[in-house]
Amino acid sequence: MELSLFWTAVYIVILAAFTGYVVISRVPVILHTPLMSGSNFIHGIVLIGAMVALGLATTPGQQIIGFIAVVLGAANVTGGYVITERILQMFDSSRKKPGKGD
Amino acid sequence: MVDLSYLIDPVYIATIIIFIIGLQRMSHPLTARSGIVWAGAAMLIATLVTFLTPELTNFALIAIAIVIGGGLGYIAAKRVAMTDMPQMVAIYNGMGGGAAAGIAAVHLLGTTTPATSTLAVIGGLIGAVSFSGSMIAFMKLQGWMRPRPITFPGQQVVNMAVLALAALSGILLLWQPSFLPVAFSAYLPLFFVLSLAFGILMTLPIGGADMPVVISMYNAFTGLAVGLDGFSFATPNYAMVIAGIIVGAAGTLLTVLMARAMNRSIANILFGAFGATEETAVEIQGSIKSIEADDVAAMLAYANSVVIVPGYGMAVAQAQQKVKELMDQLESRNVTVKFAIHPVAGRMPGHMNVLLAEAGISYDHLFDRDEINQEFPGTDVVLVIGANDVVNPAAHREGSPLFGMPILDVEQARNVIVLKRGQGRGFSGIENDLFYRDNTRMLYGDAKETLGELVQAIKRL
Repeated sequence: MELSLFWTAVYIVILAAFTGYVVISRVPVILHTPLMSGSNFIHGIVLIGAMVALGLATTPGQQIIGFIAVVLGAANVTGGYVITERILQMFDSSRKKPGKGD
Repeated sequence: MVDLSYLIDPVYIATIIIFIIGLQRMSHPLTARSGIVWAGAAMLIATLVTFLTPELTNFALIAIAIVIGGGLGYIAAKRVAMTDMPQMVAIYNGMGGGAAAGIAAVHLLGTTTPATSTLAVIGGLIGAVSFSGSMIAFMKLQGWMRPRPITFPGQQVVNMAVLALAALSGILLLWQPSFLPVAFSAYLPLFFVLSLAFGILMTLPIGGADMPVVISMYNAFTGLAVGLDGFSFATPNYAMVIAGIIVGAAGTLLTVLMARAMNRSIANILFGAFGATEETAVEIQGSIKSIEADDVAAMLAYANSVVIVPGYGMAVAQAQQKVKELMDQLESRNVTVKFAIHPVAGRMPGHMNVLLAEAGISYDHLFDRDEINQEFPGTDVVLVIGANDVVNPAAHREGSPLFGMPILDVEQARNVIVLKRGQGRGFSGIENDLFYRDNTRMLYGDAKETLGELVQAIKRL
């Protein structure tokens, strides 16, 4: 990585960190669980990296580790999504109970 | 095949934008559900477009791995009970960390530049720690391991030594000095074994009650590992970098909020082995007095205001549905029912909110510690269901291990009823002063059964 690329990386990391901070900072306590599990899902983006790592793997060692990485990444993505969706579904249905809600 | 790889970057950029919008929508109860659906759609498209990456081979292997991992993840997440959510979040965090460590390992086995391999080493270390640490957290929450802190003499020294050795092997891996007798290839397994060992050692001394902080911290770790790993590719994968760093920052913030709710520093949570030592030498005045369900039923039915404090015990007993029935009974008798939610009640951030929502209790009944605390002096009956440390007035007493932790001041209510399975202590292992107060009565038994009895008794009144 050249020096200019290094600074590009620093810009990106700082801006992404601020974005994460700002997006999350106003979340009410009630949503802490879905938020945590939602961000759990978001880091499931590791799957696309694992796919590329396995897809470009040449030696058997790389293929085995890459395969495991894709399995883990895929489990992270689907599991994270399903759990978050289930939790939020409950918040939805608890709102729709008649007579209550704001 | 037509080269469609020019689609990858635009799709990744769109994915990131939708992730951010999705997260933002998830920070409001009304739009939260659409947020995750948006993010899910973006993830699916990003995954599909990744198959267009130039020079990609091993398509069959990739597809098989996705089917296996995705299938297992889907089935497990669909089947798990709501009360087991904390350990599921922990295990998926760990898997993300493991995948990040795997990517780092693949890159370190291949051709790298000094910059990409440095980031692979750092990302690999953090990912491996998150993987093994999350697995320990999972086992503790699942009950496969004692949830109490596991300590041994010189633990901190050993842990730090293992971390230092892991870092050293990482440096040797990058540096590849020619004067050392061990071949380069020996450092890679060594580096990962040491990193994994550190994750295990770091999590062993952390007790069950601190799990909300730990889960949230490993969430941040995995995010950070994924972000750094994004730079370990020959062409940086900016989708991974940005999504990972966003999660890292968000997770760190959530971890800090959790720690603050317990009035403890993160260092204290990680290294304090909280609850391992027994508090001695404090004489608690008074005695523990128990009460029968019928008397409690009468007390609740003729009260004006009742505040229910749920804790991990409610989750263990799966009692949330019975809590809802009790609330309905009381409300039909014009008793005001409110729920006091401590930020760290349960085993993950917001755990109680999720369970009560599952039972169909709308969230305008739920109140944060700050909102409800001044109301306790005017409350007739407080019903504590399987909560312990978060209502322990010892937090106000200097010298107690809990000192300074913001608690729910339930002892100020006219009557306090504590539903408890047995006479054991909370996860912190600290004796609870509340149980000895004059206005406190203990109602022993399984929370679900006891609540059922209460509902029946109130119906009979």
